[in-house]
Amino acid sequence: MGNPIVFGLLAVIAIGSAVGMLTSRNAVYSALFLVLNFATIGVFYIVLNAPFIAMVQITVYAGAIMVLFLFVIMLLGAEQLRGVNSEHWFHLGLSILLAGLLIVAFFIVLVMEGSTTSAAPMIDTSPTALGLRLFEGYNLPFLVTGVLLLSATIGVVIFGFSRKRGENV
Amino acid sequence: MSEVTIEWYIALSVVLFTIGSLGVLLRRNAIIIFMSVEMMLNSANLAFVSFARYLGNLDGQVLVFFVITVAAAEVAVGLALIVAIFRTKKSISIDDLNLLKG
Repeated sequence: MGNPIVFGLLAVIAIGSAVGMLTSRNAVYSALFLVLNFATIGVFYIVLNAPFIAMVQITVYAGAIMVLFLFVIMLLGAEQLRGVNSEHWFHLGLSILLAGLLIVAFFIVLVMEGSTTSAAPMIDTSPTALGLRLFEGYNLPFLVTGVLLLSATIGVVIFGFSRKRGENV
Repeated sequence: MSEVTIEWYIALSVVLFTIGSLGVLLRRNAIIIFMSVEMMLNSANLAFVSFARYLGNLDGQVLVFFVITVAAAEVAVGLALIVAIFRTKKSISIDDLNLLKG
């Protein structure tokens, strides 16, 4: 499942960009770090024999969704919050402690339960095979996804209308 | 150590998920909280794809499609909500959103 050197390099980039997103004071820098993180995960998908998912990751996530984020950040002028930098050291310490415990627990499970069997052989992951699997085994979820997207669109349009009439949302 | 196994990918996914949850807990900018949620969804996607590669079937990759679709809908609705909140409260800090507090 890939070369250890490539994995280490990509993992360092992914974790570093995630920490950069977490610690940036400016929301625009956070969004750009997140674009780097998404692109790195797209490269992981290529390593994991999922080229079509990688393409979707780059175009939908790093392209469409992050452009939407950057657009809203710059539309609102909300790069930095004003006057709310009261530090809650108790929250900070507790959050980091709980996150550390989560990571330690997962790694204990991995070490105890981990198997080192090698991966299955490569299979056909072309868009044709993916589409066949999608429409053969997941027909109803596909339709439900369409309803979800329609309802989301209607919801966003209704938000726009109520703003135009000057109501409180 | 000559071969990358499934555990390495799951470990990376766990670390990214934890960083995302720290972002949700620690930051006060609502947009950055949304971005952290996106990163948590992405770490779950990474676990899905690595399990699909490990087990040699396509179901994990199909599920990633559904996750990406739900994430796109969630971002559209969430950012519309943030814009609407900003219009009324002139702020997107979650400390200012205390209208429902008793």
